[in-house]
Amino acid sequence: MNGHIESSQAFLALADGTIFPGISCGAPCDLPGEAVFNTGMTGYQEIVSDPSYFGQIVALSTAEVGNYGCNDEDMESQSVFLSGLVVQNLNPPSSWRSTQSLDGLFQSTNKPILAGVDTRRLVLHLRETGTQRAWLHANGKKLSPTTAVVKAKEWPGLDGLDCAAQVTTPVPFTWSNTGKYRVVVIDCGVKYNILRQLAEQDCRVEVVPCITNASEILALRPDGVLLSNGPGDPEGVKGVIDCVRQLLGKVPIMGICLGHQILGLACGAKTGRLRFGHHGCNHPVKHLLTGNVEITSQNHNFAVLQESLPTDLEVTHVNLNDGSVEGMRHRTLPAFSVQYHPEAAPGPFDARYLFGQFQQMMQR
Amino acid sequence: MPKRTDIHKIMLLGAGPVVIGQGCEFDYSGVQACKVLKHEGYELVLLNSNPATIMTDTEFADRTYLEPMTPEYLREIIRRERPDALLPTLGGQTALNLAMEVWKSGVLKRYHVELIGVDAEAIQRAEDRRLFKATMDSIGIRSARSESAHSLQEAQVISKAFGKWPLIVRPGFTLGGTGGGIAHGQEEFEEIVTRGLEASLNHEVLIEESLLGWKEYEMEVMCDKRGTSVIVCSIENLDPMGVHTGDSITVAPAMTLTDREYQAMRDDSLKVMRAIGIQTGGSNVQWAVNPTNGERLIIEMNPRVSRSSALASKATGFPIAKIAALLAVGYTLDELKNDITQTTPACFEPALDYVVVKMPRFTFEKFPAADSTLGTQMKAVGEVMSIGRNFNQAFQKAIRSLETGHWGFGLEPKQATFDALDDNALESELARPNADRVYQLHTALKRGWALEKIHTLTGIDLFYLRKLQELTEFETTIGKEKDSLRKAKQLGYSDRQLAFAWNTDERAVRKLRKRLNVLPAYGTVDTCAGEFAAVTPYYYSTYADYDEPVRNADGKKKIMILGGGPNRIGQGIEFDCCCVHAVFALKAAGFETIMVNSNPETVSTDYDTADRLYFEPLTFEDVLNIYEREQCDGVIVQLGGQTPLNLASDLAAAGVHILGTPPDDIDAADDRGRFKSIAESAGARRPPSGMAQEAEEACHIASRIGYPVLVRPSFVLGGRAMAIVNDESELRRYMAEATRVSEGHPILIDKFLDDAQELDVDCLSDGTTTVVGAIMEHVEQAGIHSGDSACSIPPRDLPDEVLAEIHAVSSRLAKELHVCGLMNIQFAVRHGVLYVIEVNPRASRTVPFASKATGIPLAKHAALCMAGKTLAELHFSKTPQLPYSAFKEAVFPFAKFQGVDITLSPEMKSTGEVMGLDWDAANAYLKSQDAAGNRIPHEGGVFLSIRDSDKSTVLPFLQQLASNHHFDFYATAGTGAMLYANGIPCHGVFRLAEGRPNLRDLILERKIGWIVNIPAPGDDGAKMRHLAIEFGLPITTTAAALQMAAEGLANVIADVGHPDLCSLQEYHRMLK
Repeated sequence: MNGHIESSQAFLALADGTIFPGISCGAPCDLPGEAVFNTGMTGYQEIVSDPSYFGQIVALSTAEVGNYGCNDEDMESQSVFLSGLVVQNLNPPSSWRSTQSLDGLFQSTNKPILAGVDTRRLVLHLRETGTQRAWLHANGKKLSPTTAVVKAKEWPGLDGLDCAAQVTTPVPFTWSNTGKYRVVVIDCGVKYNILRQLAEQDCRVEVVPCITNASEILALRPDGVLLSNGPGDPEGVKGVIDCVRQLLGKVPIMGICLGHQILGLACGAKTGRLRFGHHGCNHPVKHLLTGNVEITSQNHNFAVLQESLPTDLEVTHVNLNDGSVEGMRHRTLPAFSVQYHPEAAPGPFDARYLFGQFQQMMQR
Repeated sequence: MPKRTDIHKIMLLGAGPVVIGQGCEFDYSGVQACKVLKHEGYELVLLNSNPATIMTDTEFADRTYLEPMTPEYLREIIRRERPDALLPTLGGQTALNLAMEVWKSGVLKRYHVELIGVDAEAIQRAEDRRLFKATMDSIGIRSARSESAHSLQEAQVISKAFGKWPLIVRPGFTLGGTGGGIAHGQEEFEEIVTRGLEASLNHEVLIEESLLGWKEYEMEVMCDKRGTSVIVCSIENLDPMGVHTGDSITVAPAMTLTDREYQAMRDDSLKVMRAIGIQTGGSNVQWAVNPTNGERLIIEMNPRVSRSSALASKATGFPIAKIAALLAVGYTLDELKNDITQTTPACFEPALDYVVVKMPRFTFEKFPAADSTLGTQMKAVGEVMSIGRNFNQAFQKAIRSLETGHWGFGLEPKQATFDALDDNALESELARPNADRVYQLHTALKRGWALEKIHTLTGIDLFYLRKLQELTEFETTIGKEKDSLRKAKQLGYSDRQLAFAWNTDERAVRKLRKRLNVLPAYGTVDTCAGEFAAVTPYYYSTYADYDEPVRNADGKKKIMILGGGPNRIGQGIEFDCCCVHAVFALKAAGFETIMVNSNPETVSTDYDTADRLYFEPLTFEDVLNIYEREQCDGVIVQLGGQTPLNLASDLAAAGVHILGTPPDDIDAADDRGRFKSIAESAGARRPPSGMAQEAEEACHIASRIGYPVLVRPSFVLGGRAMAIVNDESELRRYMAEATRVSEGHPILIDKFLDDAQELDVDCLSDGTTTVVGAIMEHVEQAGIHSGDSACSIPPRDLPDEVLAEIHAVSSRLAKELHVCGLMNIQFAVRHGVLYVIEVNPRASRTVPFASKATGIPLAKHAALCMAGKTLAELHFSKTPQLPYSAFKEAVFPFAKFQGVDITLSPEMKSTGEVMGLDWDAANAYLKSQDAAGNRIPHEGGVFLSIRDSDKSTVLPFLQQLASNHHFDFYATAGTGAMLYANGIPCHGVFRLAEGRPNLRDLILERKIGWIVNIPAPGDDGAKMRHLAIEFGLPITTTAAALQMAAEGLANVIADVGHPDLCSLQEYHRMLK
C-alpha cells in the first residue's frame, strides 16, 4: 500500500522504492540503515542492545512489542546499537522486572521506532528481494517518500565496512576477575551474555578492543580466546582476521557469529552474503558429530561458504532449513566456532554446552 | 532414523463421547494420526465409541470398533486382533486411562502388545501426583506445596497442617479436573474433598497451597526418541490461576514474559519432559508465575496430546498429533518435513506474527441451577479461536465468534445488562471469575475505574487491561472518515458494532467501508512469520496492508462450506462431522472447497481438510468478505447446525448463492404458520397446536387443545427453553421466562402426545427423488429431547403400514419444502397413528450416527446433491436394511454441575453420544449403556422404584431379571408389594424422606449397584437420580430401557460375560 502519505508522516523507504508508513516513536530521527527482520517472539530488548545490529533497521515480525518493558539486567551491551526498530504494535510495559519502557529506552538512546507497520508485508518483501538499504524517516519533518528512496539508494551501506571498530570497547576491561581459566574476548561487538556464560564456566574474562594485536593478547597469557559476535561484513575486520591467524595453534579459540566467520577467513575459507540473513530464535541446527538437533538463536547476514572450506576445517553443524554452515572446527588445532548464538539472549539455550566444550578445550 | 518395521499392526484409542473437558479435539488428533499411519503402511485397528467422529469412518482404519471403551472390551479386541502396538496418547485422558488399565492388568504383556508413544512408567510419573512431585523435586523444579489424601480424615489433618485458606483440592486421575475445587473454609473443604475422592479413579485427592492470582502458562512440547525437543507454542492465560485453563481466555504466544523468563520456562519444560521419561510425542507443561517476583511453580504436565495441543496446532500451523504419531513409530523430528513450508524440517519452533485468542463457550443458560463461578473444575462446553494482528483484533473477533449474542467488546446492545450493575455489584462480579467477566470489564473501564483497581479485583495483567482500555477510549472517538474506520477495523470492531455506534445498520457500514476502500486483508498461518514461503492455504482476516493473493485452481468450481462454530449443547461434533464429509465428497468430485469455521477443536479446521481454510467468526460480515474475495460459486449452509442457517437469509439477500434447499424453505419449516399449510399439502398429520406472543393467548390455545402441552420458542436449536406444561399456572410461569429468551420470536404450543413412541428420520433428496436414510426409534417416550434420547436403528416394532406412511410422508414433505440435501423429521406414533412433530430441512445431529449404522454417507451424498448430482447417480435408491442393531445413547455433563436436576426433558442437556452395535438389539443397547458410562452390572443389588402406571408393564422384565438369580432386589413399598404379589423376592427400602435405611444408606453400604427408578411426576425421583450421579451408579429411568437391559443381561449372562465383537467394516459388509 503505497498510497498517499502525508509529507510529515513517518515511514520506512526501501531502496527499491517500497514505502512502509508508520507512527514515529522513540526519538525523532531521519537516518539510513540496512533493513532486516527478526522473527523471534520474545527478546526485543536483547535484540536492540545487541551490537551486531549496528547500522541496521530491524523489523520485528511478532505482533505485540514492548509488553514487558526493559530492565538493566537484560541489556546485551551498554546501549542501543541498531539504527532503528520497526514494529507492528508498541506497548507500555507490564512486568515486575521492567524499569523502563521500550519507547523510553529509545528516547534516552536517541534512536527511532517506527510503529504501526505491517511488518509481515516488510518481511515477505525482504524475503523476496533480500536485505535492502533503507531510509527511516521519523523526525516529524517533511520529506517526500521519493526523496527518501533516493537517499536510501545513495547510502553506501555496510558492505566492506569495519563495523566492529564502531562498536568495540575503546579500552580493555575486566568482566570477571575470578575463575580458573583466563579468557580473552576480542570484542567486535560482544553480547554481555557471552561474558556471563564464560564467567559461569569458571572463567576470568578480559575484554579487549578488536584492534588489539596478537602479541598483546598473548601477553595476557590467556587459556583461551573468544572471538565475539559483531556487526557487518567479516571481510571488513581485516585486523582481527590477521590477529586470529597468529593466535591459531597458540591458544584455544572459540568463535561466535562474526567470530566464526573471522575464524573461517583466518583459515582461508570465504564468506558470502545470505539473501536475507538468519534472524530469529527458531532455527534447527544439526550437530553432525552427535546427530542431535538444537534450536538456535540466529542473527547474521553473512555466512562461511561450505565449498570454500580448506581441508583444515571440518563442518560440525549445519542449518536444517537451508543447509548453510553453522559450526566448524579445526582438524588439528584447538579452535572451533559456531555461526549461531550459544549464549542465546534472546532465544533458546540448547547450545549452552559449547561453552563447556570451550572450557574442556582450555583444560587440555 | 526411519520408521519401525518390526511393528505392522497398530491399535489406536479414540476419546469416546464428547464430554466437558474432552471435546472433539481428539477426533482431530485421531484423524491426523490415522491418516499418517495408514499412509506409512501400517495396519490400523481403532477403538472409539463415538459415532460422530471422522476417525471412525471406515476408511480411516482397517478395522474400526465402535465398542464401549472399557478394559473388558479392549481386552477382547486385542485378543481378536493381536496388534503389535497400542498408541494411547492421541485419545485424551480416556485413552490414557484405558491403556493404563490394560497395562496394569497384564493384558498387554500377555498378548505381546507394545505401548508406543509413551511408556506406562512415564504415564504414572506424570499422572500420580505424589510421584510427579517427587520427580519435580529431584530436578529442582518447585511445585505447589501439596499433600495427598485418601480419606476425609486424612484430608482434614493435612488442611490443619497447612493452616490457611483457601486450599485447592484436585482429584487424581480424572478428566478436566472433575470434582476439584477451591475451598475457602472448613465446610466447603469437606464437601469438595468428598466429591473429589469419589471422582478420582484411584480415590485420591490432592490438597494444595493456593496460587490464586498467579499468572498461568502452558508450553506445548514435542520430542523425539533422540532427545530433540521443541516448544511448539507458548500459551498465556488471561484469567489468572484459579480458573481451569479450559475455562480461561488464553492468548498465544505468551505476551508478558521477558525472554529470560520465557527461556527459563522453556528449558524447564524440556527438563520436565525428560525427567518424566517422555520418549516421543507431544506433551504440555503448565506453569504458574508469581506476577510480583517471577517465582515459578509447575502445575502439571500431560504426557499426551491434549485440548491445548489442538489449540496450539491451529494457532501455529504445526500439526502436533500428526507429528506425534510419526515420532511414535520411530521417526525423528529432523526427518519430518514442515507441512506448511514443505522445504524446512518439522524440527523447529513456530514463530507467530499474529496474536491468537481462545475463548471458552459456556452454556449456563441450560443449567440455571448451576453455579456460574469459574474454578478449578472445567465448565466450558466448547471454545473458539481467533487470529488477529494485534490482541484487540483477535479478542473482539473471538467474542463475536462465540455466538452468545455479543458483537464485540462494547458498542452492542447486550452490554446494557452489565452497565446496569451498580458499583458494588460490579466490584463483586469482577472479583468472581465468571463467564461474563469480559463484559463486566467493559463496564468498569467505561466507568473510568483505575486499572490498578481492576487488576486487584480480577488478577488480570495490566497489559491486557491497557489493551482493553484502548478500546473503551477509542469507541467514543470512532469517526466515519477513512482513517478512523480503518483504525476501528484494525482494532477488531465489527460492522455491527460500528452500526450500533452510528445508529445505522450493518449494511450501511459495509457500503461505507467499501466506498472508502477499507477492506480486510488476509494473512497466512505459516509457522515461520513469513521467513519461508507457505504452501498451505490457511488464512485469517486482518486489516493490514498486505493481502495474500487469492489462489485459483484451474477453473474448478468453488464451494464454501460454513462450519458450526463453537461446540455447545445441541450443536457439536455431529455437525462438524457433516461439514467434513461434505468437504471430502466435494473435493473428490473435483470441486475447490473453502471451509470457514472458528472452532479449534474440529477436524474441519485442520488445514489438511479443505482446499482452503479460513479461521474466522461465522458472522454475516466475515463470511460475506470471504465469499466476495474468493468469488465462490455457492455456499453450503445446511450442514453446520443452526449457526450457518441463521446467516442464510441475510447472505442470500446479499446475493450469495446458497446451495441446496432454499433458505426460505428452511425458514418455512420453522415458521409455524407456513409449515401448517405445507404439512397439509403433504398430507402429514400434526398434533393440534398454536402460536402465542404472550401469556393470555398461550393459555387460550392450551385450553383449546388440552393439557399437557409442549411449549418452546421458535428459532432455537437443542430444544432451548422447551418444556412440557401440565396446567395453566405452569404455563404462565413458563411464558414469563420464555418470552425473554426468545427475543421477540413467538412461542409454539403443541398438544403433547403422552405415551407416544418417537421416531427420528433422516432423509436425503436431490430435489426430485427422496430416500429415507434411516429411521431411528427412541428408547424413551416422547417428551425427551431427541438429542438426549437413546435411539435405535432399525426401529424395533413398527407396523408395516406405519413404515410405508413414513416413507410416503417424508417424500411429500421434501417435495413441498423443495429439499435438496438433508432433511430430518421427527414423528410420533400414538396408538398406531403417525404424527409429524417437527421437520428440519437440514443436517441433524443424528446424521453421523445414521451414516455409521447404515454405511450410507448421508452428508457426503447431500453435498453432492447440492452440487448437482442425482441420487440415482449416487446409487442411493432405498433405505438400507440392517441385519444388526445400532443404538445411540447420550452422555450428560451432570457430574460437572453440582445441584442441577438431571431429569431429562424436552430441553437438550447432553454433550455427546456413543454407539452400541451388535447382532442382537438388546446386546447393542447394553453396549450403548456401557459405552456411555452407565455400566449396568451383571449381578448384585438392584434398587427398584417403579411408578404405578408402569408396574404392570415392567413386571415381565423384572421376572426375567429375577429368573437368572444374579440379582438381589431392593424395592420401595409399592414396587415391593407388586414384586411380592408376583412371587419375586425382594428387600423393602424406605423412600428417601420416609425413614432409614433408605437408598442412600444402601449405597453407602455398597449394597446397590444399579438404580431402576421410573418416576411419577412429583415424587423423589430427582433426588434418587442425584444419588446415582453422586456415586457414579448406573440408572435406568424408563420401562423401555429396563426391557432392553433385562433382555441384554439375559444374553450376557448366558454368554458368561464374553461380549460379541465385530468391526464396523465387518458389519457393513453384511449390508445388502
